[in-house]
Amino acid sequence: MVIQTEGLTFNFGSQTVVKSLSLQVPQGSIYGFLGPNGAGKTTTIKLLLNLLKTQEGSIRIFGLDFKDHRKEILAQIGSLIEQPALYLHLTGKENLLNRAILLQIPETRVDEMLDLVHLTEAAHKKAGNYSLGMKQRLGIALALLSDPKLLLLDEPTNGLDPNGIIEVRELLKDLVTQHNKTVFISSHLLAEIERMATHVGIINNGELLFQGEIKDLETISQPLVRIEADNTVDAANLLTKQGYKVADVNDRTLSVIYHSKEEMAKINALLNQNNYTVYSIHKVQKDLEKLFLDITQTPAK
Amino acid sequence: MKGFILSLRSEFYKSRKTLGFWAAILLPVLIGLLVFMGFYANSAKMHGLPPAMLWLSFSGAIMGIMGTLLLPIFIIFITYSVNSVEHKADTWKTLFSLPIAKWSVYTAKYVYALFLVILCLMLLALFTIGYGNLLGMVKPELKFAGYHMELMLFQVYFKLFLSGLGILSIQFLLSLVWSDFLKPMGIGFVCTIAGVIMVNLNWDYDFWFPYASPMMALKSMLPHARHEHPKQMVIDIITNDVYVSLVVSAIVFIVGFYVVQRRSVK
Repeated sequence: MVIQTEGLTFNFGSQTVVKSLSLQVPQGSIYGFLGPNGAGKTTTIKLLLNLLKTQEGSIRIFGLDFKDHRKEILAQIGSLIEQPALYLHLTGKENLLNRAILLQIPETRVDEMLDLVHLTEAAHKKAGNYSLGMKQRLGIALALLSDPKLLLLDEPTNGLDPNGIIEVRELLKDLVTQHNKTVFISSHLLAEIERMATHVGIINNGELLFQGEIKDLETISQPLVRIEADNTVDAANLLTKQGYKVADVNDRTLSVIYHSKEEMAKINALLNQNNYTVYSIHKVQKDLEKLFLDITQTPAK
Repeated sequence: MKGFILSLRSEFYKSRKTLGFWAAILLPVLIGLLVFMGFYANSAKMHGLPPAMLWLSFSGAIMGIMGTLLLPIFIIFITYSVNSVEHKADTWKTLFSLPIAKWSVYTAKYVYALFLVILCLMLLALFTIGYGNLLGMVKPELKFAGYHMELMLFQVYFKLFLSGLGILSIQFLLSLVWSDFLKPMGIGFVCTIAGVIMVNLNWDYDFWFPYASPMMALKSMLPHARHEHPKQMVIDIITNDVYVSLVVSAIVFIVGFYVVQRRSVK
């Protein structure tokens, strides 16, 4: 495991922001750390970087703890926390050069990074005049500058346009598959994580609600029978009266919890017998967006 | 140690385009130039003054401005500027997540602020000498060439530097902890005024107050204050107030270090 935490708990005053978090981030994974705003994602990342002192529980990164190996651990991590931290009076290139001084990295690597995030042309423009997307890209370049083994990225696609989001996604996938890096990426957007993550952790109110491979998340999501019919509202009422559990109704379709294919056939027959026209009926996995909402909308205890 | 040197290089790199850095150079240039122009315009009044008195009044004019109010204010400004670079860019979190020891980052910043104060005072001494000699050249009736006080000037500015160290450490810590300029500036300003009042009232315990030190340093060198020959300027570098300034500086520096070690980065 590249990141392993046990019972990680953090309080801001009397408020518990992170509750007994046990993260398992395997090497070579893109670990999507999902949760709504204020769920405790940034606090967790700051704990992982030792910016916040661990109050309870333990953190091991690359199997090492911060107490004795702070420099060793940090030398292998690149991070981007919240909005990118940039010296706005310096140019994009100077921001990278300043970091290169601190990390003893040659200037050629700075040029490579500028090229990678498509900022070569804007390299000599002050970072204060950059658009939000350009700042975010420069932040990613800063995180990648030292060629770290682990990337901790907090909402890295914030402010990026669709092209930028795709580029970052492809870049991260490439880093993991071609260069054996591990990426820990936080987001409040499931669709974004779904497209690139191999592993997922879902956090809400500081608690980890789910952790596992992305396919496990799909497996635990309960399948539905999706029916396209002519009068969905009345059809839904009929099915409810007959004891079926209707999950969702809209103008075109209704969804019922799936139990078996035999039951699916019975539903079809029932609707036909009651003169509803069924255009299509099929089994679907509950989409992750819905699943995510179901998990995170559980009221705080 | 390597981390410290790298951090110090980075401090220079990122501040070289800021007013904080240029203030250390522009301030001595401007003060020297203004006093030079004042003397140039009023040279007739000083005609016939002995060279030693000429130098004393010329350098005294510059020192007087710096010692009474400007040095504490300059230190408040410099310590704020060194820390505000990170506050403004929200870069404390990146600085403290680099594989560089926290003490290196902290000490490099402190030493850089120290360097800027030394640079400013050193340039003041150099410009005093330079402008004085220039004045002697453009107004030959002012016999600046007849006396040399280079060594004495450097001693005076060295004493001023030592007397400002207590303020430097306190203001450095305040600016590190607070991102809001008004807090360190307000506290520093009030303390400086209090220091000036204490020294003017000849309060017996004024030497215990670091913000009073620069003015005390100047006052201690004035001949009339020591009931000595008015043409003599006596420089006693290590006086009680300088001791207090050095001790306060060392203690607050160490306290600041513990604050940085223990503090969470928000």
